[in-house]
Amino acid sequence: MAEIVLDSVTKQYPDGAVAVRDVDIEIADGEFIILVGPSGCGKSTTLNMIAGLEDITSGELRIGGERVNERAPKDRDIAMVFQSYALYPHMTVKENMAFPLRLAKVDDATVEKKVRDAAEILDLTQHLDRKPSNLSGGQRQRVAMGRAIVRSPKAFLMDEPLSNLDAKLRVQMRTSVSRLQKQLGTTTVYVTHDQTEAMTLGDRVVVMRGGAVQQIGAPQFLYDNPANLFVAGFIGSPAMNFVPAALEDGTLRSALGDVPLTDRVRGLLEGTEAPREVIMGLRPEHFEDARLVEDHVRSTGATFTNQVDVLESMGSDKFAYFSLSGEQATSAELAELAADAGSADVPGGGVSLVARISATSTAVVGEPAEIWFDADKVQLFDPNNGRNLTYRG
Amino acid sequence: MAGIGGAVTTGRKARWTVLNVLVVAYALFPVLWIVSLSFKTKETLGDGNFIPRAWTFDNYAAIFSTTEFVRALVNSIGIALIATAVAVVFGTMAAYAIARLDFPGKRLLVGVSLLIAMFPQISLVSPLFEIERGLGLFDTWLGLILPYITFALPLAIYTLSAFFREIPWELEKAAKMDGATPGQAFRRVIAPLAAPGVFTTAILVFIFCWNDFLFAISLTSTESSRTVPVALSFFTGGSQFEDPTGSIAAAAVVITIPIILFVLFFQRRIVAGLTSGAVKG
Ligand SMILES: Nc1ncnc2c1ncn2[C@@H]1O[C@H](COP(=O)(O)OP(=O)(O)OP(=O)(O)O)[C@@H](O)[C@H]1O
Ligand SMILES: [Mg+2]
Repeated sequence: MAEIVLDSVTKQYPDGAVAVRDVDIEIADGEFIILVGPSGCGKSTTLNMIAGLEDITSGELRIGGERVNERAPKDRDIAMVFQSYALYPHMTVKENMAFPLRLAKVDDATVEKKVRDAAEILDLTQHLDRKPSNLSGGQRQRVAMGRAIVRSPKAFLMDEPLSNLDAKLRVQMRTSVSRLQKQLGTTTVYVTHDQTEAMTLGDRVVVMRGGAVQQIGAPQFLYDNPANLFVAGFIGSPAMNFVPAALEDGTLRSALGDVPLTDRVRGLLEGTEAPREVIMGLRPEHFEDARLVEDHVRSTGATFTNQVDVLESMGSDKFAYFSLSGEQATSAELAELAADAGSADVPGGGVSLVARISATSTAVVGEPAEIWFDADKVQLFDPNNGRNLTYRG
Repeated sequence: MAGIGGAVTTGRKARWTVLNVLVVAYALFPVLWIVSLSFKTKETLGDGNFIPRAWTFDNYAAIFSTTEFVRALVNSIGIALIATAVAVVFGTMAAYAIARLDFPGKRLLVGVSLLIAMFPQISLVSPLFEIERGLGLFDTWLGLILPYITFALPLAIYTLSAFFREIPWELEKAAKMDGATPGQAFRRVIAPLAAPGVFTTAILVFIFCWNDFLFAISLTSTESSRTVPVALSFFTGGSQFEDPTGSIAAAAVVITIPIILFVLFFQRRIVAGLTSGAVKG
């Protein structure tokens, strides 16, 4: 066990592509940290540099206080779980798990015991003598985990370890990974582009974009206080709604109507050089069917009326989709997020909005509904550089 | 439904069986004829019967009683095995490097080895003859092993690099992470997985060396390094007036046996799909 420090680490591939730029991350001993970001943002590259599978172009990597840039993977005492599992097909489950111990020249009795223990934890005891090709996806995944935990390394690195599993198994394995990490207390760096995994698993989340770190923090903190448009749009599902707005004399004018700034927002804006044109961000859960909002709460927000395009009932609540007239919010960050979500080509007919409203709402598809939103929860972003103007850091 | 389906498959099966038998019979007939000849007595050799009327083992006894043949058999086995072993070991290393590494001159290496494989062997015989005489390699085992390796290596490199490319890269990374040195990763993970390729290559190379006649007849002059295909052509029979057909037939049968054994022995190791289960998708 050890802490891992990346000190302005940069990776430039031989073809000139800079995959990771000036990344600073301090990972505490025993911490579970998640690297998340869209495809190609350099997550795997970062992980491979920590592992020693890729050279570090510049910067320093320290594990347990020692510089390890030049050390071979085997001398870093780190275990890795690959997305493809990478099990040795010619070895049984037992031999697969014993392999790191055999290489470390551990004596037979200890190997036997450690493999048994790991198999016990991962519920693989009855499969020990089978070959990987005869196992299910979930079992293979657990064998890959087992191979990582047997030798009690200083840290675990996992590169999208659950992405090859079907949805149900993924949820199940997510919980077991989390439990396992807590139980072993081993420093873990976990790469994913599934933001549910990012929110639920880690102590802290590192959001990356184009090789650079956007923000590091606890999942809830990132959710509540995204540093910029990118983080705001990336974390949360359904994603935050973005509406272009204009700031005039303490009033926010947008397709949702004119709203006076609340004291909290005003306070946060103070001292920042807020431009006149901003992008307003609102989480789906900060909306409600206006009829269900009590009067004293109602005054803290504003309402607008629009036709409901689609209504999805989730049982516990409903998702209402609207398209408001007016321009869509545009910025480089939002374009990238849309591209990553695969929705870049959807013809933009005005501003689309998702609201999570109570299951008891009587809103009907195709009919206008009056929707209330909590003006105090508004986040304002600078469209030029994506910075969160209401950031509380 | 099931009945009809069953009938269709039985009908298809029958047709395939007939076709297979025909093809195999066509391919094996000359071999069987040689076998038949080898069991015939001198008097019945030319009678044109497929099944010998009088069976005899004399032909076999005769060839094994001459040092000419036994010595050639030893030479053939020794030379082919050594050449195969060396070609496979070097071929494995070269193929691995070609499949996995980027090094300067890689394309040149591949190109040159392709060139060697395509070079007409006959045009090399006279220069080789001169060179080997000059170096004192003429009529020695080494004198045959070296050209065999030269021509077998490209074959080995090609076959093996195809196999190496099939092995998932990540297994090697996994081995590195598990604490293996590059050597250990190669020996304990990559080599076992490449085994089917290695055995396939070994069979091909062995057959190539075993069957060679051109180099063997040009680069040997005595029993000390003459291989069986050449020795066969020197068979004269017990006396000047004896017809050596029976002996040649017997020898021809004998020299196919090591090949069959070699193939059978290694074939069991050529298990298809050995890498399945390593990675998903
Ligand atoms: N061997 C390489 N040579 C050159 N460029 C590379 C190489 N490997 C990755 N890259 C580039 O580096 C960038 C980051 O790649 P990386 O694999 O780290 O992304 P990622 O965040 O893991 O993406 P994903 O979620 O799709 O796995 C990409 O733009 C990629 O094209
Ligand atoms: Mg990746």
